[in-house]
Amino acid sequence: MAKVPVQFTLNGSERAEFVESGSTLLAALRDKMGDTSPKGGCLQGTCGACTVMVDGELRLSCLTLAETCNDAQIRTTAGLANGEVLHPLQRAFEDAFAAQCGFCTPGMIMAAAALLERNPNPDRADVVEAISGNVCRCTGYEPIIQAVLLAARANSTSAA
Amino acid sequence: MGMSLQTFSTASEAQAALGASGVRYMGGGTLVVRAVNEGDLSFSTIVRTTDPALSAIETSDAGVRVGASVTMGMVLAHPGLSYLAPAARAVGGPAVRNMATVGGNLFAPAPYGDFTVALLALDAKVSVSGSGEMALEAFLQERDSLGASALVTSVTFAAPATDSFRFLKVSRVHPKGAAVLTIAADIREEAGSVVQARIALGCMADRAIRTHAAEAALVGRPRTKEGIAPALTAALEGIDPPTDAIASAWYRREVLPVHLGRLLLG
Repeated sequence: MAKVPVQFTLNGSERAEFVESGSTLLAALRDKMGDTSPKGGCLQGTCGACTVMVDGELRLSCLTLAETCNDAQIRTTAGLANGEVLHPLQRAFEDAFAAQCGFCTPGMIMAAAALLERNPNPDRADVVEAISGNVCRCTGYEPIIQAVLLAARANSTSAA
Repeated sequence: MGMSLQTFSTASEAQAALGASGVRYMGGGTLVVRAVNEGDLSFSTIVRTTDPALSAIETSDAGVRVGASVTMGMVLAHPGLSYLAPAARAVGGPAVRNMATVGGNLFAPAPYGDFTVALLALDAKVSVSGSGEMALEAFLQERDSLGASALVTSVTFAAPATDSFRFLKVSRVHPKGAAVLTIAADIREEAGSVVQARIALGCMADRAIRTHAAEAALVGRPRTKEGIAPALTAALEGIDPPTDAIASAWYRREVLPVHLGRLLLG
């Protein structure tokens, strides 16, 4: 199979790899760059477990070809924490028991991060809409919704 | 078999590349890369274009032109397309909407293709490189026989009159889920009676369809429970809904008049 070079910024670090032409961003992140935070769930665009941000927009890395991301800014859940300090969303997911098996959690958190960056004070309906492309089979969603609202409150409190 | 991606800066170059065998055009990837992930071996080369003309939205008094590469997210963000926002929002979650394109939606099989149902009710026309402009209804019937080198570049339509356009997607999973059925209608009334009706249905065939019988049954009648009754009966003519994991053909047929009635009376 033909190998092609891909180069992009992953969580602030310049990364370059040779990947198989036509392979997905998910495969490049997990198999070539060692970032296993995005998960391969359905590979159909249904579950959202592979959700990442490409140039500030939510994308499904399982349906995004790696070659289309050259020169892009890629962000994953692995890049949210600041050293040992968890991102407010990660802290809120822990505090609100919003992760059980954890498989959906990285995608959920990226979907929530995109929401809070666009709308720092979301209401419940905003949160439900924001995570509507992400499937969780453990929690029943309510702890996740509460975690995102908790993180938004924490952000607004720290900003005050 | 290996897969390869070819990216072209212009639509004409991409169209030329589509003439080779084993080639599939990719818009946002939600259909084509999904097919790759599912092991589709019918193509080995993916072609795409970054032509900015295909990502443009033009609105004027003369009408609306939406490029084939425009995403559902871009439709949602455009203030001049607010009447299409419910249809764009019906397509997947936020990540899918940042990827799924208007052009790609024209090829989405049932139970997908909700946005196409809206375009069909707007009587949209499809610009196809090499084939010119054709009515969306004809395009949907002929899309599988257009030839491998046909490339959709844009859709055009006239903006609906204020409050004349209605859209409804019915799904089992809320707020997102594949459609049990989708209905879009552009209904114009004068002096208490319907003077023009265009009604499009999703999941009532393998692709979006117009229900001309229901449209004809609605014109000249008031939009009341009694007035729409003939249209609800007529909407069942000629439909062939699919049976899939979301709903059976029988169920879709049974609930179509219920939801069409709610949409028309709402």
